[in-house]
Order: sequence, then structure tokens, then C-alpha cells
Amino acid sequence: MQVAAMHFKRKAAENLGNEKLQRALEKLQTKFVDGRAAAIAELPNFEDIRDAAAEIRERAISNLDRYLLRFEREATARGAVVHWAETAEDVNRIVAEIAAKHGVQRIVKSKSMVSEECGLNDALEARGLSVLETDLGEYILQLAHEPPSHIVAPVVHKTKEDIADLFEDKHHRPRTTQIAELCREAREILRPGFLAADMGISGANFIIAETGSVLIVTNEGNGRLSTTLPRVHVAVTGIEKVVPTLEDVSTLLRLLPRSATGQSITNYVSVLTGTKGGDDADGAEHFHIILLDNGRSRLLGTELQPILRCIRCGACMNHCPVYQNIGGHAYGWVYPGPMGSVLTPSFVGLANALDLPNASTFCGQCAVVCPVKIPLPDLMRDLRNRQVERHLRPWQERAALRVWSWLAQRPALYALGARIAARLLRLFAGGKKRLRHLPGASGWTNERDIPAPAGRTFRDLYRSGRHT
Amino acid sequence: MRVGLFVTCLVDLIRPSIGFAALRLLRAAGCEAVVPVTQTCCGQPGYNSGDRTAAKALARKVLKEFDGCDYVVVPSGSCGGMIRVHYPALFADEPEMRETVQRVAKRTYELTDFLTNVAKLETPPGHYSGSLTYHDSCSGLRELGVQAQPRALLAKLPGVKLAEMRESATCCGFGGTFSVKFGDISARMANNKCEHIARTGAGAIVAGDLGCLLNIEGRLRRRGDLQTRVLHIAEVLAGKDGVCK
Repeated sequence: MQVAAMHFKRKAAENLGNEKLQRALEKLQTKFVDGRAAAIAELPNFEDIRDAAAEIRERAISNLDRYLLRFEREATARGAVVHWAETAEDVNRIVAEIAAKHGVQRIVKSKSMVSEECGLNDALEARGLSVLETDLGEYILQLAHEPPSHIVAPVVHKTKEDIADLFEDKHHRPRTTQIAELCREAREILRPGFLAADMGISGANFIIAETGSVLIVTNEGNGRLSTTLPRVHVAVTGIEKVVPTLEDVSTLLRLLPRSATGQSITNYVSVLTGTKGGDDADGAEHFHIILLDNGRSRLLGTELQPILRCIRCGACMNHCPVYQNIGGHAYGWVYPGPMGSVLTPSFVGLANALDLPNASTFCGQCAVVCPVKIPLPDLMRDLRNRQVERHLRPWQERAALRVWSWLAQRPALYALGARIAARLLRLFAGGKKRLRHLPGASGWTNERDIPAPAGRTFRDLYRSGRHT
Repeated sequence: MRVGLFVTCLVDLIRPSIGFAALRLLRAAGCEAVVPVTQTCCGQPGYNSGDRTAAKALARKVLKEFDGCDYVVVPSGSCGGMIRVHYPALFADEPEMRETVQRVAKRTYELTDFLTNVAKLETPPGHYSGSLTYHDSCSGLRELGVQAQPRALLAKLPGVKLAEMRESATCCGFGGTFSVKFGDISARMANNKCEHIARTGAGAIVAGDLGCLLNIEGRLRRRGDLQTRVLHIAEVLAGKDGVCK
């Protein structure tokens, strides 16, 4: 996927002014924030499970090599083929080779953010293969030629009216805004696609080392159809998704749907283990699992390692007041919100996503809701440190900080500076209680006043002894 | 007990009345309140902008100035959180600093937290009559657990009617330099906050951090709301001391 993270500010400004988008984003509060709160309230020991989940993920990441090799051994023993992909291009090449080997023409896909990371659909279509997204949200986006704006609810930026217009235009059927009708319309188009497909591509929510299984959670059933109906199943996922045991994964499953959609469990939980055996009624004859690095292993042993614990629930973005107001497309790549502000610079380069680690007030709510306790603000701060170390910040910002720090280390000079600043601000206020404009502060004053200082500084008044 | 007041740079520059209100409250709680006069800034602007060198230089200064106090009290959850939570992280690579940092960090409290849990102030000297709504500032709430304390103190003032707003714990959009770097996003967040405030019909919005208050007041006034009073919790609890008029 093209990286557009450098256009964050422009895109965010556009989205703030997009009334339709703003209406669509209101869903986040009711559906996801309130939904999660209700779902975790059902668990009397939520914090204990959260501790356990964080520990499981940390253990997996700290021993990644061991668990991945175990996974490969177990999956291979059950008839699957495990491929290692260092880059996105490797994934695209490997999938194309598998397709060629098995004479594949038609592919159905269940939702996969890693495939978005690779731009897999475009790569396969360029090779003459037909690719059909079968997750309802992803199907809508495929019709609209848009990228997802959320990792769990990819089409959250659209209203049902948008989708009604799109379906009318693409399906040439009478327009309806009834959600059930829209779903049926999509289902009627998708069903023949499933039946005709030679290959199904899925992601993986977890891969399980002890059994070599791929686990996916879905709500629409398209994931199960995509992975069991076609002859060939290809699961594409990141190396960090490994979990040691089935027992571990069952702990994580108590938190993933609750954190993501406020469900105690998703409609489907599929544990896909090995190829179709002699007695099996269904399942793929050929099972390929592609494990992508794409920058993940670079984070091991660094300050950023905790981001590899992420289980892609989306709670951080649902609860982020920045994401809630600008939507996911502003972030300019596959992963939006706080987790994206850590992952995008890590994967595509710090210099290609300068705004992202800074686009947070550090309110800390993302860390509060993260089911695996990733300290997201600390990780964003670490990226800010790296930006400064590599001289990637604008010189004006650098200079301002240096002057501030230099002054603040010299109390007498600082006191004088504060006194002058207070006077100047009052002068600009012109006898009023607030300023409407201030040179160099348009970022603030475009939409807010600046309350004027009271007059003398605390230090001045305290020294004068009038208030001690 | 000897309590050092860390005034904060914003209070020093913009609203000294908050500093004097804090002093009054500390004295009402029976503390010997001192104000180290060389204090300036806690270093948070540098720390959150990725300039650890600048942050450390200022942190060292704060540690030196306040090491002799039994407690350090801050009328801001944000600067309080910086000292209590982030100084230990900032100096994690300097083991020789660990003891000093831990000593000062452990003794540092946000004002309402200190008044409630350490000094156990029974009767705040302030008088307030009318309805107000309280905004939970992010660092105070999520780094220091300040939520029940300000409400408990407000409940001690007989004239106060607390009208809770929706999403009182959602960020107002200030975020230090964020408010200027991403002015439009910040202003939208402030605007959302103003709408929640307006819906309560309260006569005043109260919070424990001047940064949030400046942001909220700035947006309220620009929206044309000249009525709703914007007050620091210390001002409400201590009563106005006249400096601000």
C-alpha cells in the first residue's frame, strides 16, 4: 500500500471539515467505546486476564524464534507448507507462485490487514488473477477503490447512505438503505464467488505453536467459507502473531472480541489445522502459511518491542480522541490510530511518517484500554526522541525548545523573560481579558482565544511579599 | 511538615492566583508551605517533544530545589505526573541518580490528591455557591489516579452543586505543544468538550490543570460563551484571594 503518512495534517484538516465523515465517526462512541465498557464489565477479573494476556504475548515475543520454529514444525507435520517472507514483495511473489502451481484463476479473500500492508490484491490482479474481497466491509471498499480506515471496521468512515449509493451504482439494482437488504444484496453477489474460487486467502489473528494452527475470528462466516471451500488456502500473517499454546490463545480470546467490538465472543472462531484429511468433510487440500517480517524483527530488543504484543483489536483507535475526530485515512497507511502511529514509522521509516508519533496529546487512554498493556504513549515518545536525535524535526521547533530550556535553567533571566512575556501578552490583549490573535500562534488562535495573563507573575507577587 | 509548592510555569505566567490559592490550602491543612524561588519548569515540554537532554537539565534543577522538602505539591496533574512518574523513567540510564529521583518522585503529589490523602484537609476555606462541572485532566487521572479526590473536596463546600458532564475524562485537546502543532484537531477536541460543558448548564467549568483551562476557556469564549466561569480547583477550594480581579 502507498504510504501517504506525510500528508497527515492536510488530510486531517480535510476530514475535520467533512460532515458526512464526522457523522459516520459518531458510531465509534456508541458502538465501540460503550460496547467495550459493557463487555468488560461482565468480567469480574478483567485486570487479571489483562495481566495474563500481556504476559503471554510478551513471552511469545521474547522467544519468537523458538515458537516460530515450533509452529513451522507442527504445521508442516500436519501437511501445511510454511513460507518465510522478509518483505511485502516476497509475500506477493510467493502467493503468485502458489497460484501458478495450482492453476488458480479465481481468488476469494477474507479480511487481512497484512495483505493490505503488501498491496496483495493489486499485485495479484496485475498478474491476471481475479480477487474478490468477501468481508462485507472490505467488499464495499473494493467496489469503492478505497483503503480501509480502521483495522477491525474497515468501512467505519462510510454511512449506510454512502453504501446504498455505491451498491446502486455498481450492482445496478434499486437503491435501498435497509441494512438487512444491503447485506442480502452483497451476499447474493458473493455466494457464486465462493463457489467458483480455486483459492482462498485469509489472515490470521493468531498462529499456535504447539499445534501449527491458524486461528481466525470473524462475524460474517466469510472467513470460514474462504478457508474451507476452495482447494487452496493461503494464510498470510506477521511473524509476531505466534502464541505458544491453545490454552494461551483461549485467554487472549477472552479479551480480543470484548476489546474490539464489545462481543464476549465472535460469531465464528476458526482453528485451522493442517490440510483436509481422509475423513474430513471439508477443508483445503493445500494449505500454505506465509509469515511476513517486513520490519517486525527489527523492533526486537528495542524500546519499541512491546508494540509486537499488539493483537489488532482496534481499542486504541476507538478510544483515541484524535482518531475519533479525524478518522483512519488521515494516518496515510494500513494501520491508523495510536498503534499505527507506532507501527507506520517503524515499518515505512521514521522520516516518512514525521507527524504520526506527534499526533497525540498523550492523554493515555489508548494505554488504559489496550488488552495487552502496550504503553503506547511511551512508544510514541520514544519515536519523538529518535526524530530529535536524527535531526528530523523542523529547526524552528528545535530552536524554540533549546531557548526555552536554556532560559529555564537561568532563574533570574527566566523571571525577567516571564515578566516581559506577561506584559507583552497584556499589551496585545489591549486591555481585554483575552487575545484573538498573536503573531506566530495562529495554530492556537485560528479557533480559540488566548486568555490574557493576570498581570504580574506569581514569582513577582510572591517576592513582593504581598501574598505570603 | 514542610511542603514545597511547585508553582508551574503556566500558573507563574498567566494566573498567579492559582499558586496563592494552593498556598492558602496547604496552610489551611496545617502545612508549612515553602516556594523555592529559583524554580522554573519541570522539563515536560522537552520530554514530550523528544528532547531528553533539555528535559534532564531541567529535571536535575527541580530535584535539587525540592530535595529538602518532605513533600512536593503541584497544582497540576500534568507537571505532577512528570515528576512522579516520568522522572524515574527519564533517569533510568543513570543509576547514580536513582536514589534522589525516587526520593523526590515518591513525595510528589498533585494538589487535591495531597490535600485528600496526605494532609487530610477537612474544611476547605473557600465559599462557592452554584453549579459547576469538573473536567478530569488526563495526566492527573491516568498517571496519578486523581478522580475521587477533587470531587470529595468539592463536596465539602456546602454551596457547590456538581453537575457531571458526559465524557468528563476525555482529553480536552490541549496536550502542550500539540495544541499549536495540530491546532485544528486540538480546537475540535476543545469544542467537543465545550459542548458537553454547555449541556450541563453549569455556571462554571473546573479542572486541576491550567493548560486544560486555557484551552477550554479559549474555545468557550471564541464560541461566544462569555458567561461560564473557568476556574482552577484550587481557586474554588481556597476562595479568590483578589490577585486575579
